[in-house]
Amino acid sequence: MIIRGDEPEQIELLKKMYPKGNYFMQGDEAIAYGALFAGCRFYAGYPITPASEIAETMARELPKLKGYYIQMEDEIGSIAAVVGASWTGFKSMTATSGPGFSLMQENLGYAIFTETPLVLVDIQRSGPSTGQATKGAQGDFFQARWGTHGDHPIIAISPTSVEDSFWETIRAFSLSEKFRIPVLVLADGIIGHTREQIKIPDPEEVEIVYRKLPTSDEEAKYPFGDVHGDLIPPMPLFGHDYFTHVTGSTHKENGLRDVYTPEVHDRLVRRLHKKIELHKTEIQKWEEYYIEDAEILLVSWGVSARPSLGAVMEGRKKGIKVGLFIPKTVHPFPGERIKELSKNVQLIIVSEMNLGQVILEVQRFVRDEVPVIGVNKIGGVPLTVEEILKEIESSAERSRHRSAD
Amino acid sequence: MYLKSSYEIRDKYLRKDMLPTIFCPGCGIGAVLQYTLRAIDDLELNQDEVVWVSGIGCSSRVPGYVNFDGLHTTHGRALAFATGIKMANPDLKVIAFMGDGDAAAIGGNHLIHAIRRNLDITVILINNFTYGMTGGQVAPTTPKGLRGTTAPYGSFENPFDIAELAVAAGANYVARWSVFNYLQGINSIKKALQKEGFTLVEFLSPCPISFGRRNKLKTAPELIKWYQKLSVPISKAKEMSPEELEGKVIIGEFTDRDRPSLVKEYEAYKKRAKKAMGWEE
Repeated sequence: MIIRGDEPEQIELLKKMYPKGNYFMQGDEAIAYGALFAGCRFYAGYPITPASEIAETMARELPKLKGYYIQMEDEIGSIAAVVGASWTGFKSMTATSGPGFSLMQENLGYAIFTETPLVLVDIQRSGPSTGQATKGAQGDFFQARWGTHGDHPIIAISPTSVEDSFWETIRAFSLSEKFRIPVLVLADGIIGHTREQIKIPDPEEVEIVYRKLPTSDEEAKYPFGDVHGDLIPPMPLFGHDYFTHVTGSTHKENGLRDVYTPEVHDRLVRRLHKKIELHKTEIQKWEEYYIEDAEILLVSWGVSARPSLGAVMEGRKKGIKVGLFIPKTVHPFPGERIKELSKNVQLIIVSEMNLGQVILEVQRFVRDEVPVIGVNKIGGVPLTVEEILKEIESSAERSRHRSAD
Repeated sequence: MYLKSSYEIRDKYLRKDMLPTIFCPGCGIGAVLQYTLRAIDDLELNQDEVVWVSGIGCSSRVPGYVNFDGLHTTHGRALAFATGIKMANPDLKVIAFMGDGDAAAIGGNHLIHAIRRNLDITVILINNFTYGMTGGQVAPTTPKGLRGTTAPYGSFENPFDIAELAVAAGANYVARWSVFNYLQGINSIKKALQKEGFTLVEFLSPCPISFGRRNKLKTAPELIKWYQKLSVPISKAKEMSPEELEGKVIIGEFTDRDRPSLVKEYEAYKKRAKKAMGWEE
């Protein structure tokens, strides 16, 4: 029996188990609860620091909600099980961190190519390799985009706090279900392990999105075709007499394998890209602070966004015209908006916990028109307000000198 | 047993627009596919309640040819995908069609863990002792001393005995036959499909093109004769010494038992969770 999460019985269970109100919890737990409120009832995972608490929360809660939890033998198996469950109609999730995320890449590609809705949470940790296992980082921005081989689209979301993790996980499910694509949640070890207050809503306040199903046998014949003109094919679930064939090989609109016809591959891969491009405004999300008169634009994401906002507020107190842009959907990257904003600023600063990843995306959009500099920190300790403010102040100082010249 | 003609089986269960198959002359996969379809037909299983899952390799192409729901996945991972399907929808009967390289090399860990969990699934395993699709490289099942393109002087490794492995890991039903034993094969698949928990039927299956011709077994009949020489019925094997069994392949039913399956265990687990909450039904 498929559970979508909005059945009256499920709503009652959620209300009984997690009554509306304030809770004190970790980001990892907030992600798990976000998934439960979004209607996720299948989870497969493998223990890894700093993401294990997501699996532990799901293991504790899912059996009570008539859902399924399984601990697989590795991360490769975890994402595989999630894909399998998704084709039976369950909203499904797995969570991991750096090394596990690397292991999942092949089957992530499979999920993208077979247009399987699922949510994959990467609680980013310091790398490469085992790195600093218990420490947070933001080094997986490009792995999220290009980790699996071949041309492919992807959606990735990055929350900025514990409460934000709850809501952004729900948004991840909504986008995944709506556009039949895996959605990545790029949190990190700091948000994942930080405890703070969050407000759990009534389940009715959460919008539940469920994938488009075929409305006729005719529609079900094209599980990979543009049946409705929106580039999103309805998903004929297993066990409903449709005899759907799903393959990671290049396939025709009817799902059957055809790797010999160049046009078939071209049509399929381009449709997957166009599907995300067409619905980009619905997928992209960002936050802007103090940008109206900003001369310096700070761009930051995930865990670094909060100290960046602090630094911007401190900078404003000192009379520096600095604004902040936070991409919440990091893929597809909202570069067009940054390009627009760049026209009115003298400098862009990008603050992140890596040696420069989002900064490359920013540069790709603004080109040489505006100088772009990075505030980069690695080692597992998050950026502080002071560190970012220092860069804002010295940049303001430099530009004052330049205008004096 | 009344056997329908192959044409009837073909017309009922195969996707005609996907034919002909990719299988080489003398390949055993078509035969095993027919045994599986005959077992399904004999048991009168509902076509929409069966899902076929596979990984990568010649035998993994089978879900593309049959008119059922099918998930043709990544190399070695079929059983991990199948775990999600079967857990989330226990009403579906899941068949995994796998090759020896797919199941025992790249997918070896998924195999032993799916068996350990006693996942309710039937694995039809085509063992041709080689990587057929990629051109005849040595496999974890290649008998010691036999050649592959990546063991041109004869394999120097010990082969896996997949059936014994499955018994040791805890499967509910395990049988091994050569494609030559067609009645036993069909009966074993029927038995496997009716059982709860993990069931595995392995077939020694000829690959004259990629395996045979490198090992002086150029045709399917030569390979089948070799299987006959190689194989020892399990009843006879019990009376033989380990020395006598060296290099032999035991065929027959290895185990037939009813340990509680994953689906059953998880249902009980959900009840335990409710009990812990004081919500007993």
